[in-house]
Amino acid sequence: MSTSHSKAAKKFLENRNYADWHDQTFWGVRVKRDSMAYQLPEWERLRQKASEIKRHTLTNIDTYLERFSDAAEKNGVVVHWAKDAQEFNEIVYGILKDHGVKKMVKSKSMLTEECEMNPYLEERGIDVVETDLGERILQLGGQRPSHIVMPATHLSHHDVGDLFEEKLHTEKGNHDPTYLTYEARLSLRDEFLTAQAGMTGGNFGVAETGDIVVCTNEGNADMSTSVPKLQISVIGLEKIIPDYEALSVFVRLLARSATGQPSTVYTSHFRKKRPGGEELHYVIVDNGRSQWLGDPQHWETLKCIRCGSCMNTCPVYRWSGGYSYSYFIPGPLGINLGMLRDPKKYSGNVSACSLCLSCQCTCPVKINLGDQIYMWRQTLDGIGCANKEKKMACKAMDKIFTSVPLYKFMTSKAYLLNIVPGFIKDSALNPWAYGHKMMTFPKKTFHEQISEYLKDEPK
Amino acid sequence: MSTRKEIIDRCRASIKTRHARPSLEDLHPETYPDTLVKFIAMAESVGCNVARVGSEDEIDDILRSVYPDAKVVASNLPSVKSATVNPDTVEDAQALNHTDVGVVRAFLGVAENGSVWIPQTMRERDVCFISENLVAVMPESAVVNNMHEAYGKITEEEYGYDSFSTSGYGVFVAGPSKTADIAQVLVKGAQAARGMTLILVK
Repeated sequence: MSTSHSKAAKKFLENRNYADWHDQTFWGVRVKRDSMAYQLPEWERLRQKASEIKRHTLTNIDTYLERFSDAAEKNGVVVHWAKDAQEFNEIVYGILKDHGVKKMVKSKSMLTEECEMNPYLEERGIDVVETDLGERILQLGGQRPSHIVMPATHLSHHDVGDLFEEKLHTEKGNHDPTYLTYEARLSLRDEFLTAQAGMTGGNFGVAETGDIVVCTNEGNADMSTSVPKLQISVIGLEKIIPDYEALSVFVRLLARSATGQPSTVYTSHFRKKRPGGEELHYVIVDNGRSQWLGDPQHWETLKCIRCGSCMNTCPVYRWSGGYSYSYFIPGPLGINLGMLRDPKKYSGNVSACSLCLSCQCTCPVKINLGDQIYMWRQTLDGIGCANKEKKMACKAMDKIFTSVPLYKFMTSKAYLLNIVPGFIKDSALNPWAYGHKMMTFPKKTFHEQISEYLKDEPK
Repeated sequence: MSTRKEIIDRCRASIKTRHARPSLEDLHPETYPDTLVKFIAMAESVGCNVARVGSEDEIDDILRSVYPDAKVVASNLPSVKSATVNPDTVEDAQALNHTDVGVVRAFLGVAENGSVWIPQTMRERDVCFISENLVAVMPESAVVNNMHEAYGKITEEEYGYDSFSTSGYGVFVAGPSKTADIAQVLVKGAQAARGMTLILVK
């Protein structure tokens, strides 16, 4: 009965205090998002427009990709195209090798996680330094992100303090977040000054102007690209949008939805190599996206602007943590992206949804994330990933619920289950009993009770 | 066949129905009775000091009073007489490390989020990030309601488009660099400026 997610979640919940803290931390971000949304009377219209602009752009992405890359090339940018993760890693390594790069600083990019770029480059002798504080913490600790926007929020300040004592030789026992942030700043400053290349991801690619737009709070994307001479910006092909008019809609939604800020501290626009710099390279990545675009039920997942609000609001994410999901992106978004990537490999995540649909009510581009998870569940049997016990139970229920006499007989005798001792009822033989107390069945069925009630009712 | 063509062709083959682009005419974004008042309030709420002056000649006085201990002041603005370093003439970007205060020109302020538009008007743009404190000088008349209006303006000459398109870089900045990556505690001064002052010129 258990899925990979439910097994991992069970472990997560063993430390109830930690689970409580995790839940409240992310719920706090959701509350901040709400307060931002309520301050804009046009919020719901803005979401609708954003959704429609994405729908338009994705269904005309062929034209917009051409426009984007033409505009970038006109600005002197070297544009590369990568079919898949392997090709992406080879392209990036090729650029770095050509320029004799030994060290590259980079800002946060889920795309490089997707392509597992860091280990690929490190194996080839390139020192890759993550410069987003959360990502840096994970890199020092050898962990992967547990959230797409707040990647290390699952760690407490004591966890980070212990790690920094070991790796950055900070004061023993000083776990004050302000102090730790300052120490990380000093250590990263050295990295910015000595790296030969800087890499950023991209929140948006603007087709009309060829800009890549990056939104950060720390300023690490700007430090990464204003000190080293070589810049590489990498972007999934679904991130292209038409022009500044469209950009204004997304920029207004992104930070409000993500962290409850009116905007990120930095909204940076790159379109040329910097004065005195060497080159600016863009790598546009497909890696499955062009194929997902043709999936009639699931292509809208590509609208995502990666704000993470679906995770913050998701009760299952809050109560199970990012590491309970087997795909590298967790939460409602990750469940769907994992299924697009490899349904057999990642089907263990589709159970991680109560179908409350809170995710699609907060999603700034109105992706029907919960509905899609429901649709994925319908396909599990077809790919041989349906749970055997559940399947049997469903077949039995199918017999009972489609036959009136059988249904009447079974419900009239259901009370007999009450005398089954608890240790059998709540045992592993009955997977539904896990985490629930089995109900007591009434002696009279609902039908009997309602007919008696109607009979006694004064006319 | 080039990879570009191959990827674009695959996208084209996947597209079932092409959808039209919506108009933003019926969006009716919020506007403010006094954009300058709203802008100042938002800028302060995202962590900026805001000073209002009669002319650019007063910038040095403001710098002295807000940053009395500053030793290294980097700026290419002629009105910043107290500048000790010029980002146009330093040897490289690294030379701007240990700058206490960087003073740059901003061209536009956005009331809804307190951000200012800073196109690259200097040779080494890291002055905007590597300095411990960033000071942005801006005419107080250059304030718009929201990002829709802002993106309409930044392609106009009056708002520094020439610098933006020549240098190929521009950034909206809303207050000092921030992070909450350690236990969701908000800390000012992550990788870039730890403080920010806006000087609004009449």
